[in-house]
Amino acid sequence: MAQDQEEIEGLIALMARLPGLGPRSARRAVLQLIKKRGQLLVPLADAMRHVAETARECLRCGNVGTADICSICQSEKRATGELCVVEDVADLWAMERAGVFKGRYHVLGGVLSALDAVGPEELRIPRLAERVREENITEVILALNATVDGQTTAHYIADQLEDMGVRITSLAQGVPVGGELDYLDDGTIGAALRARKAL
Amino acid sequence: MEWREEGVLLTVRPHGENAAIIEVFTAGHGRHAGVVRGGTGRRMSPILQPGAQLDLTWRARLEDHLGAFTVEPIRARAAGVLGDRRALAGLGAVTALLSFVLPERAAYPGLYTRSLTVLDLIEEASPHWPLAYLRWELALLDEMGFGLDLTCCAATGATEGLVYVSPKTGRAVSAEGAGEWAPKLLPLPPCLMGEPPESPGELMQGFETTGYFLEHQLRASLGDKPLPGARGRLLRVLAKG
Repeated sequence: MAQDQEEIEGLIALMARLPGLGPRSARRAVLQLIKKRGQLLVPLADAMRHVAETARECLRCGNVGTADICSICQSEKRATGELCVVEDVADLWAMERAGVFKGRYHVLGGVLSALDAVGPEELRIPRLAERVREENITEVILALNATVDGQTTAHYIADQLEDMGVRITSLAQGVPVGGELDYLDDGTIGAALRARKAL
Repeated sequence: MEWREEGVLLTVRPHGENAAIIEVFTAGHGRHAGVVRGGTGRRMSPILQPGAQLDLTWRARLEDHLGAFTVEPIRARAAGVLGDRRALAGLGAVTALLSFVLPERAAYPGLYTRSLTVLDLIEEASPHWPLAYLRWELALLDEMGFGLDLTCCAATGATEGLVYVSPKTGRAVSAEGAGEWAPKLLPLPPCLMGEPPESPGELMQGFETTGYFLEHQLRASLGDKPLPGARGRLLRVLAKG
């Protein structure tokens, strides 16, 4: 490798570690950045430096932002008494994209896992109980994945909050919008049938 | 190298961007790992849930390679129990314990059959599954070389009135044979010998005894790793009723 290309190769190697990018696509992306230095590379470098310096977890809910308390937790409009529990920040962002939920969130940072020895202490479950007590929460919505680990965690949280006088609900499971029965797995069809409702 | 067999899915770990490394338990190949390409994708995720019965084809260039699985679903047990905390805890305990204790690529056909039976009872929400699970733990201990001998009293040879298990030998002890050692012995409720439990407390006594041997003998033989938390969660759920 030429001496003068070492830093660029280093950047390519770093980019290739990002999800969705392999060595070839990282090389294309870096080339594009260099070609559009003023429009892309410099602003991107500035933005990344700024985020690297300021990004942190919200002390209350675990969302990622650039302030100690995220904008959702700061907003009085979001103090509806509803608290949506999600596994990960990506799930919080997905809920926000849908724009349907108007309450606040609590990010667990994972789910209980026998395999990886993740117990309640490794998650933000004790903090969740504190928030339910302190923030006049009336409903806790468990928006956890419909997997064995996700639902094991949901049942565990429901047990922990059982005596706190809050309504505990979980997301429905069934046919996705645009889903065709013929292409659904047996488990999803079964769950949808069990959760059927009168029209 | 190639084989095809039916098996139960024990664990799934993401591998790279959309592949997964799964562990399955089959009658002929025991606990066996392999890669499933696209295993964390939308199509495969619902199929690759612990407890699922799968038609598996494993291929690798050499016998000792990790290899890759091609899977077809046969029975998705997890979907039916996601809403039932007891059943979900039971399914989690069975798969986690199997993954924890079984050596890789060693066949245990008898244990495989018993595991299928208990998993099916859990999925069907049979009221008898906690007892079947307890008996399964006894079978697990037995297959791993730590089986309990509940046929006669270790001290007197009596076959009646057996009410304790020796934590050292795993042998049954009668009330008469226990004498002053009774407080140091483990309970032997009738449900451990195949009789239906008269109360939930009796079942919990059975779990106390199997738990002792799982923790102090089987786990201790496997190194420093703790027993999977799934078993403890199951016991808490069952104790709650």
